[in-house]
Amino acid sequence: MTGEEFVPLSLTPMLIGMFAAVACALPGNFLVLRRQALIGDAISHVVLPGIVVAFLVTGAVSAWPMMIGAAGASVVAVALIEAIRRLGKIEPGAAMGVTFTAMFAAGVLLLEQSDTSTVHLDVEHALYGNLESLIWLDADGWGSLVDPVALAGLPEELIRITLTLIVVCAFVWLFWRPLKLSTFDEGFAQTLGMRTGVLGLALVIVAAIAAVAAFDAVGSIIVIAMFICPPAAARLMTNRLEVQIAWSVVFALVSAIAGYVIAGFGPMWIGADNAVSAAGMIATVSGILLAITAVFGPCRTRSGAPVE
Amino acid sequence: MLFDALALQLGYNATLVTIGATFLGIASGVTGTFLFLRKRALVSDAISHATLPGVGLAFIVMVMLGGDGRNLPGLLFGSAVSATLGLLIVNWLTRRTRLAEDAAIGAVLSVFFGFGIVLLTVIQSMSSGRQAGLEGFLLGSTAGMLWSDAVVIAVGGAATLLAVLTFRRPMALVAFDPEFAAASGLKVGQIDLIIMGLAMAVTVVGLKIVGLILIVAMLIIPPVTARFWTDRTDYVAAIAGLVGGISGYIGAAISASAPSFPTGPIIVLVSFTIFAVSLVLAPNRGILAALIRHVRFQRRVHMRQGLLALAQGQPIYERLTLNLLRRAGLARADGVATETGRARAAKALRDEKRWEVVRSDRQHEGAAALYDGLREIETVLTVDQISEIDRRIGGPKEAVAP
Repeated sequence: MTGEEFVPLSLTPMLIGMFAAVACALPGNFLVLRRQALIGDAISHVVLPGIVVAFLVTGAVSAWPMMIGAAGASVVAVALIEAIRRLGKIEPGAAMGVTFTAMFAAGVLLLEQSDTSTVHLDVEHALYGNLESLIWLDADGWGSLVDPVALAGLPEELIRITLTLIVVCAFVWLFWRPLKLSTFDEGFAQTLGMRTGVLGLALVIVAAIAAVAAFDAVGSIIVIAMFICPPAAARLMTNRLEVQIAWSVVFALVSAIAGYVIAGFGPMWIGADNAVSAAGMIATVSGILLAITAVFGPCRTRSGAPVE
Repeated sequence: MLFDALALQLGYNATLVTIGATFLGIASGVTGTFLFLRKRALVSDAISHATLPGVGLAFIVMVMLGGDGRNLPGLLFGSAVSATLGLLIVNWLTRRTRLAEDAAIGAVLSVFFGFGIVLLTVIQSMSSGRQAGLEGFLLGSTAGMLWSDAVVIAVGGAATLLAVLTFRRPMALVAFDPEFAAASGLKVGQIDLIIMGLAMAVTVVGLKIVGLILIVAMLIIPPVTARFWTDRTDYVAAIAGLVGGISGYIGAAISASAPSFPTGPIIVLVSFTIFAVSLVLAPNRGILAALIRHVRFQRRVHMRQGLLALAQGQPIYERLTLNLLRRAGLARADGVATETGRARAAKALRDEKRWEVVRSDRQHEGAAALYDGLREIETVLTVDQISEIDRRIGGPKEAVAP
């Protein structure tokens, strides 16, 4: 494949997929270790009503109001979960289940009730995004990468997900020590004077930002998969957090690239002529990676587990 | 229109769907109770998402064999197979690797769902020109459902309900106290599998009505709702079944009455409404009950402190205290005690002194443990014991309780 074809049609979707995968996998490492892995699942469900409400208010599919709507919905969801958990003394998993299903149902109902037939906003789109459509029409080859006119036409999803990735990296970099300590030994972190509650909340907020930005570009299914599969696979490879994070980034990148390539070109290799869903294929590849590490990973068993 | 739907007057299909949704609601409420009490409510999320690739594969296989890909029993069979696989993988990952259950659930959920989406896009290109309609399984669609499909759902819902009722006793035992269940000779692992299997059956039957994304709500919301009303396992299961049945019935009826009301979300929102009402109104565990308890407690404290202040001749500045005393006719608006007020105040002060004696006496250890500053001493000690204490206190005898 030549640059004339690759740069406009495949480069930007691949980059968006890779950045979204890494932006979700980084906070995912901590969420998996803290046993909050399903937060990504919950967030990606609850943003739907926020996005629909933002659409109903503004009357257009534009990114920033929708991001704000999604963020608002996440805040409502967190407040609801906490309220149900505290007031009703319900275990957190069930409180989460009640909240995200009800909010998702409300989102679907709103969507069905409102007239969205003229715009591209539907449940399927929210679920598996439209990675393939994020093409860079102004590019005509590798030279466009240094051409300011062509660069101005970059899909704005790419710019948003890049900014998000920078925010996520900065958060993990700046709060590395407190994050690591409070994840492994919250009590010890507290005795050192760290405000672990605030830190935990900040982690959830960063995860929500990553989820919303990635959701906007690639749909919720990649978000959930990337929050959990690469970190979980990395967890089975090593005992050291630094190494685990490196592995998770590698797994996320491999899933994004391989998933995109297989989805786009795999069917042609076996003689079919239609591409399959890239988002679904990226999730599938990350699952295959997790399966491989679960069977062969060097650190796959619990330490101290009986040898069978 | 809605009344017609509620009275099952909207044609055979709508009626069958409503009956099926009611059966499904009852079955899912009861099954969900055991999942919820086992603290494994979110496993159902993995099960439900894991049905999608099975639906897709079943469709592809049936088309390849030359049949009609939309055959509902075939699709449901496929979904059951892949849901079982997903469930086994969650169990395997949790048991055999160091991953926690939530990570295992999330991994299975997202990967199976992602693969299902891949299969759906394959099907779209495969049967070009022929709408497969498998997207209906995501959010449920009862519009344009075939008569035979409605029968499958009604029968499936009834069968699941029957199975749930058959196994309810051992499941309740295991959910409530697995150690005791094991000691009584029950095979906890097998019962767990039955619970999961029933959750899977509910999911599979509910696919067409509620859709795989929202079916998990039918397994979680009714038991959580029921938990507000009672502390007994069997009642929780019964109430959850009732809540699930009502939401299935009303939800399906509302959705049958207008085309723009998708069945799944409506059923979920009806059950969430019942949940929200329970959260606020339930006796004991509800928000309103907690609020009333709080206000009552606050008043008792203020009353008590006000009486003690009156007895010791201290002025009362606190407005709530003053209002409470005034309304009870114990003090005037300027804070001066009335006749009854003085008597009650003296009694309060004397009770405080009596408690002091009780708490310093080893003999009354049990009674002293009940002291919280508010409890009436007469509810703890007998008349004889109190007069014995009064003899020890001595002092003026003329101020007695009114």
